[in-house]
Amino acid sequence: MTTTVKPGENTSPPSEFVSVNPLKMSAPLGGALFFLGLDRSLPVFHGSQGCTSFALVLLGRHFKESIPLQTTAMSEVTTVLGGGDNIQAAILKILEKGKPGVIGICSTGLTETKGEDIVGEVALFRKKHPEHDDVPLVAVSTPDFRGSHEDGFRDAMIRTIEELVAKGDKTVKNQINVLAGSHLTVADIDYLREVLNAFGFSPIFLPDLSRSLDGIIPDNFEPVSMGGTTLDEIRRMGSSEHTLVIGESLRGAGEALLKKSGVPYVVVNRLMGITAFDRFLVTLKNLSGRDYPESLKRERNRLTDSMLDSHFYLGGVKVALGLEPDHLFDMAHFLGENGMELVGSVTTTASPLLSKTPGPKPVTGDLGTLERQAESGKAGLLVTHSHGRQAAGRLDIPLFRVGFPIFDRLGATHRLFIGYRGAMETLFRLSNMMWSRDPENQPDTWYPGEKNPIVFGEGTPEEFVPVNFEGHNERSGGGLP
Amino acid sequence: MLNQKVQDVFEEPACGHNKAKSEKDRKKGCTKVATPGAAAGGCAFDGAKIALQPIVDAAHLVHGPIACEGNSWDNRSALSSGSRLYRTGFTTDMNEMDVIYGGEKHLFKAIRQIIERFDPPAVFLYQTCVPAIIGDDIEAVAKAATEKFGRPVIPVNAPGFVGGKNLGNKLAGEALLDYVIGTMEPETTTSTDLNIIGEYNLSGELWQVRPLLDRLGIRISACISGDARYREVASSHRARAAMLVCSKAMINIASKMEERYKIPWFEGSFYGISDMSTSLRNISRLLIERGAPADLAERTEELIAKEEKEAWAAIERFRPGLEGKRALLITGGVKSWSVVSALMEAGLVVVGTSVKKSTKEDKERITELMGEDAHMIDTMTPREMYRMLKDAEADILMAGGRSQFVALKARVPFLDVNQERRFAFAGYKGMVTLVSELHRTITNPIFQVLKNPAPWTPGCRTTPLV
Repeated sequence: MTTTVKPGENTSPPSEFVSVNPLKMSAPLGGALFFLGLDRSLPVFHGSQGCTSFALVLLGRHFKESIPLQTTAMSEVTTVLGGGDNIQAAILKILEKGKPGVIGICSTGLTETKGEDIVGEVALFRKKHPEHDDVPLVAVSTPDFRGSHEDGFRDAMIRTIEELVAKGDKTVKNQINVLAGSHLTVADIDYLREVLNAFGFSPIFLPDLSRSLDGIIPDNFEPVSMGGTTLDEIRRMGSSEHTLVIGESLRGAGEALLKKSGVPYVVVNRLMGITAFDRFLVTLKNLSGRDYPESLKRERNRLTDSMLDSHFYLGGVKVALGLEPDHLFDMAHFLGENGMELVGSVTTTASPLLSKTPGPKPVTGDLGTLERQAESGKAGLLVTHSHGRQAAGRLDIPLFRVGFPIFDRLGATHRLFIGYRGAMETLFRLSNMMWSRDPENQPDTWYPGEKNPIVFGEGTPEEFVPVNFEGHNERSGGGLP
Repeated sequence: MLNQKVQDVFEEPACGHNKAKSEKDRKKGCTKVATPGAAAGGCAFDGAKIALQPIVDAAHLVHGPIACEGNSWDNRSALSSGSRLYRTGFTTDMNEMDVIYGGEKHLFKAIRQIIERFDPPAVFLYQTCVPAIIGDDIEAVAKAATEKFGRPVIPVNAPGFVGGKNLGNKLAGEALLDYVIGTMEPETTTSTDLNIIGEYNLSGELWQVRPLLDRLGIRISACISGDARYREVASSHRARAAMLVCSKAMINIASKMEERYKIPWFEGSFYGISDMSTSLRNISRLLIERGAPADLAERTEELIAKEEKEAWAAIERFRPGLEGKRALLITGGVKSWSVVSALMEAGLVVVGTSVKKSTKEDKERITELMGEDAHMIDTMTPREMYRMLKDAEADILMAGGRSQFVALKARVPFLDVNQERRFAFAGYKGMVTLVSELHRTITNPIFQVLKNPAPWTPGCRTTPLV
C-alpha cells in the first residue's frame, strides 16, 4: 500500500472535545450488521445489555425488521471479575433455545476496557464444551472506542473468513466471491448479482443482506436471521476463482481470504455513476472473458439520457456530504461527475481513501462539523443519513438520505444506488428533490425592498412558499464565477 | 457511593411493590439480574437519559465511547414547545487514548465547548460503563466545571452495567434531588401550583392534559421532565401538590419531595377516560387541601362531565367496526388496565393483558374490569406471541415497538402503544385517538388481501381472465 494510514486508526488528535450530533455509529453495530447477513445467524454483544439494546433498536428502525441480537448481560460485578462465564452462559442459553447457523460474538467498550480477550474466551468455551464443536462460533474484537461501524463490519468479516472458510483444494470455474461493503443496500446486492450472472459468474456474497434483511415473511418465528450467506457457501469461498472486494475498508478481508485459501482479489472502490461502472464492467469482461450483456448496454444508454435530463437541476448545486469513508468516496465521485460541487465533506474514521476523495479533504468529525461546513459553503443540499434532518431543517436545505441509519423514511434498503440503473434512479431522485424546491420569482426577487410589497388578496395560493432569495440566487447563478 | 445510591433507591418506602417483599428480597433490589443470552431491554444509562432528556433547554452530554450516544441519540418522540437543544447529541466519543490516560480532562474541555458554543442554562453529564471502569470521577468534574463556568453541571451517575432502565430512571431522579430541585426560586407562586412527575411528553401527550389544567386555572410549576425548562425543575420545590404519573420510574422524586418540602402527592394516570377523570379529581382535591379556591372541585366536575361526554360519544362512533374484535394487550404497568375500559367500551374483547411490570393493585384492577378469568400474561416469548397471532387467537396486537414485527410477520394488525408510537394517547382526546387508530388499523383491507394465497401456492383459486 502506498499509504501508511490504516483503516480505523485515528492518527490526528481531536481538535474538538465534544462530538456534536454524531455521524458515527459504533464498531460492534457494524459487526452485528455483518453477522445479520449470514444465514440463521445470531449476533451477540459481549457487554452490558444497553449496548445490545441501542444497536437493536437502531437496526430495527432502519430495516423495519425484527433484529436478532443477544447480549451477555454484563453487570458491574461480572465486569470486574471477568466476563468469561457470561460468554459461556450466553452461548449455552442460546443453544438451549435453538440452534443458530452461526453465533457471532462482538466485544464492546466495556469488556475491552477490562482487557478481556474475546477470541481467547471463545476458545476456552470450545475446550470446555466439545459437545458443541459443530456450532460455528466467530468471536471478534470490536471496542466501541476504536473505529466506526465500517471498521467493525470489516473485522467481523475477517474473523469469519479466518474461522469458517475452507482451504479449497480445487478452483471452481466461474465461482466468484463478493465481499459486500456495509454501504450496499439489499437492492444493490441484488443488482450486482444480476450483473455477475450476466457475465456467467456464480457469485457468493459475504455477507448477503439481500436474503436476510429484505422483508422476508417466514412460516415460523425464530430469533435468528432468516436467510443470508449459508455456512456451506462460506466454506466454499476458498475455491472461487476471484474475489471482488467492494470498498477499500474491506481490503484486509480480501487479504485474509487470499492468505487462507489463495484466492486473488480486486478492490472495487466505486460502483456509482457511469465512469465507475464502465470501469467495473471492463474488469468483469477481463475476468470472465465474456462479452458485455445487451441489457447493460441498454441501461447505459438510458443513464446517459438521464444524465442529460438531470444536469439542468443538479449542475452547480453545492453539496455537503457526510458518510463512512468507502461510501463517501463513491458518492463524492458520483456527485462530482454529475456537476455538483462539494463544499463540505465529513467522515467517521481514518481511511487511505480520504486523501483521494474529490472536493475538500474529508475531515473526521460529526454532523455539527458538517452543518458548519454546509453553512459557510452555502450548500444547497445535504447528503447524509437520517440524523442530518435537524441540520437540514436549520439550514433550510433538502436532505438526501443515504447510508445508515435511515429511520424516518421507508424503503431505505430497497433503494438502488450502484450501476447504471442505480445511477439513473439516484439522479432522478436528486433532481426531483431540487426541482420541487425551485422558487417562483417575484417582482422584487432581484431588487428586494424597492417595490411596493406584494399584496396577496383572499386568493393567496396555499402552495405559496416564501422565496429564499439567497438560495435562489445561489442556484440560478451556480456554475458562474 | 454509587452502590449506596443503588441500595437507597431500592429501599423506597412509598413503593407498594417494595413493601410487599420480604426483608431479604428487598435487599436484592428490584432489578432482576439479566440472563446472559436471554435478555432484552435497555441499561441504566438508557433509563437515566430517557428520564432527563425531556428537559429541553439543557445540554445533555454523554461521557463515553461512541456506542452510548452515537447509536441512540434523537430516538425518542419527547416533544418541546421551545428549545431544541435537548435533541442535539453531545458526547465525548472516547477513544483509546482516553481509556489509557483517563477521560476527565477531555470531559472538562467538552463541557467548556458546550457552554461557549450553546450557552445552555445547565449541562447534564451522563456517566457510562467505560469511564466508570477506568475511574473517571464525573462528580468531581461536574463540581469543578460548575465552579469554573458558573453554570450548573449535573452529574448523572448511572452507568449501564449497574442495572436496567428502571434503575436508571430512579438514579436520574436522585440526580435531580441532589443537584437540581430546590436550587432556584420561582418568579411567582400561586395556590394551584402543581408538579407532574414521570410524564415525558411523548408525542406531545402533556399537551393533551395541560389545556384542561389551564381551563381550571391550575398552573404546572414543573413537569418532570416532559417539555420542562431547567429553571422550572430547579424551582419545583415550591409547588403545592404533585401528581406521580409513571410510578415505576420516579417514585423517589415524589416521596423525597414530600419528605423535604412537604408536597403531598398521589399516583395517577392520564391513560383511559375514567383514570383521567380520577386524576383531575385528585389534583383538585389535593390543591384545595393546600389552599386553592374551593370552587375548583365544582369546576373540575363540570369539565370532567363535558369532556367525558364528548369522548364517549366519539368512541361510540367506532363501535361498528370494532365490535367483538379481540385485542391482545402487551404493555406494562398501569396501561395493562387503564386502557382496557376504553377498549371494552368500544366493543373490543381483551383476550389477554400483560402484567410483567404491574403491581398487585394493577392486577386487582384488571380482575375488576375483566373478571376472574382475565388472561394475565406474565412473560410471553416472541415465538409464543407469533403462534398465538398466527393461530388467529387475536385480531390485533397492542404492544411496544419491539413486538411490531412479530405481529406484522404473522400478518396481524398491530398498534404501537409504547414509547416509539406516532400518536399521543393521553387524556380524553388521546383515548379517542387510540380507538380511532385501532379502527383504522383493524379495518385496513390489506390484512385480508395478504391472506390470499399466491398464484403458485397449491389450492390457489385465482381464476384466469377471460
